[in-house]
Amino acid sequence: MLAYFLRRVMIAIPTIILISMFVFSLQHLLPGDPLLVLAGEERDPETLEFLREKYRLNDPIPVQYLAWVWNALQGDLGTSFRTNQPVTELIAEKLPVTLQLAIMSLIFALAIGIPAGIISAYKKGTVTDWAANVVALSGLSIPNFWLGIMLILLVSVKWQLLPASGYVPPGEDLWQSIRTMLMPAFVLGTALAATLMRHTRSSMLGVLTSDYVRTARAKGLSERVVVLKHAFRNALTPIVTLTALLFGELVAGAVLTEQIFTIPGFGKLVVDAVFNRDYAVVQGIVLVTAVGFIVMNLLADMAYMLLNPRLREA
Amino acid sequence: MFRPFPKRSRAHRGGPGTQARFPKCRVSWPDAQISGVCRARYAWGIDSPFGRADQFEIGSREGETLSNTAPLLSLKDFRLRFRGQDACTIDRIDLEVARGEVLCVVGESGCGKSVTAMALMGLLPEGAAEIPSGTLSFEGLDYDLTRERLPADLRGGAMAMIFQEPMTSLNPVFRIGDQIAETVLRHRGGTRAEAETRALDMLRRVGLPSPEARLRSYPHQLSGGQRQRVMIAMALANDPKLLIADEPTTALDVTIQAQILELIRDLQHEAGTGTIMITHDLGVVAEIADAVAVMYGGQVVETGPVAQVFDDPQHPYTIGLMESVPRLSGAGGRLTTIDGAVPAIEAMPEGCRFRTRCAFAAPACAARPALRDVGSGHATACHFAPLEAHLRVAG
Repeated sequence: MLAYFLRRVMIAIPTIILISMFVFSLQHLLPGDPLLVLAGEERDPETLEFLREKYRLNDPIPVQYLAWVWNALQGDLGTSFRTNQPVTELIAEKLPVTLQLAIMSLIFALAIGIPAGIISAYKKGTVTDWAANVVALSGLSIPNFWLGIMLILLVSVKWQLLPASGYVPPGEDLWQSIRTMLMPAFVLGTALAATLMRHTRSSMLGVLTSDYVRTARAKGLSERVVVLKHAFRNALTPIVTLTALLFGELVAGAVLTEQIFTIPGFGKLVVDAVFNRDYAVVQGIVLVTAVGFIVMNLLADMAYMLLNPRLREA
Repeated sequence: MFRPFPKRSRAHRGGPGTQARFPKCRVSWPDAQISGVCRARYAWGIDSPFGRADQFEIGSREGETLSNTAPLLSLKDFRLRFRGQDACTIDRIDLEVARGEVLCVVGESGCGKSVTAMALMGLLPEGAAEIPSGTLSFEGLDYDLTRERLPADLRGGAMAMIFQEPMTSLNPVFRIGDQIAETVLRHRGGTRAEAETRALDMLRRVGLPSPEARLRSYPHQLSGGQRQRVMIAMALANDPKLLIADEPTTALDVTIQAQILELIRDLQHEAGTGTIMITHDLGVVAEIADAVAVMYGGQVVETGPVAQVFDDPQHPYTIGLMESVPRLSGAGGRLTTIDGAVPAIEAMPEGCRFRTRCAFAAPACAARPALRDVGSGHATACHFAPLEAHLRVAG
């Protein structure tokens, strides 16, 4: 079991190194010179030279890379060209906001997607199955921004039930924080619920016709136990993988939703940084996101081990 | 609480006390079950291969004296049609098992043996097949199969099943012990500890080496033969009155086959469990059966005590089946086979379904022959039985 875990971690390390190289080379591949932004109107060669020296842009690229990695390992991802704030600080400030959004969205997605997928697989070919599929397809095709705006219009403006936008840190007022995040989380969650539902359905369909499900029925167990215990436990592996990937996507890709609900999250940070050619920030964000993805994958691998007794001893 | 699945109807829950709630169809066979048209089309000759019709006039368990003579299970006039097909895959079969008796159902692949077993256990997927007629009488209680399945309380309790595929029939994510204990808890109740003790006891009885350790094993840690032992342990954990074994040795190594067969035979004998053994292997029949029912194309063509049927087969299909068994003695010569193959269900002939492959086929075979008694419980569904008479005339 430990060996399996270590092997997974060993695979993750070269991946992280490759990603860090890619992330680092990003700034040299992208067009435009950030120093021009930084130097502002003056563009005085001496200032530029000073800045180059300051950000060590004159060093050979491998040296720059190693310096960057060394600093990154110590938690220093450089400073923003724009605000002069340390990148680590910026990320630490915005990430919890997006994490909260991602977790709440995921709860919505799981709570809707999995039961819907199980029911639609169990009732395959019936009106229920058909209806679930139609709803799922709509969930996939309705753009987030449209759903978000509609919700704001109805729930906030018309019924005045929930705040339309903004962010309240959970440490300040937990209840208010959850209330503010409810709508954006729902908007993000429904889209994922549709994906989850489709995957749960196909996974369950495969399992429901298996011999061990027949055995479970032959024991006289109730359909509930047959489906939720015997079938679902076996259908879980692809669902766990998908959930881990979806979570990563949520952290990285909530830009639009954050924009609509004016949430000061990760997505906004990314967009601003890209537009401003704030390379240090972009690098930091890409690196953190990539590592986040890898960690989620590791967690998914760990979950397989818990789910599949075959892996436990390998 | 959120209940995604509709609960089973009341009638399917509860213990033995619920018997009064089951819609009982008192068997006044054959009148009640067979429509006039069908009765006109098929002349049913005898009461049943094993007994007289008056033995089945039993409505409940109260009549103890009667239930001693009554069979443990009797299936009457059973027809099954898969959705989208016109002809019945199972066409009016009767089966009967006495207490403690082993009935072997033999026939080629696709003759409907397994489907019948699944239907008996109520395991056919919902909506996959319809049952135009059929009454199941089990332990003195009658179930109208056209309207209801075998109650879940009986499944795995009084009636248990072993499947053909030991490799895939156990749930890969649960421990062996838990899987056996689960069925014990379902049907006997009691505590977890008691159920686990029972599971251990069962693993010991099926001869699994180091049963204590096996209790904590997962299915993938066991071989095919061991897994089938576990399946047997699971099936017998609640002391069923009837065991249905659907080709339990087909998927196993030849060396293991005999062991498993012996195990089933021993445990069945010990507990007096009535058994329906489904097989295409006449060797298995010879080994284990008390009675045999030969099926062809969804019909029972010959039935009776195993000695009679083996020594003196009366149906041309049974004869063909016997002759196609390879023998060690009398070496030389080609292996006899039955010409042709079982027709697809759409192409099944009217009347005797074997007539397209039968050497004795005659115009009379267009009418379905009834199962006729040819002596001491041995019955055959052939117009020309006993065949010897015809052979002499022809010869």
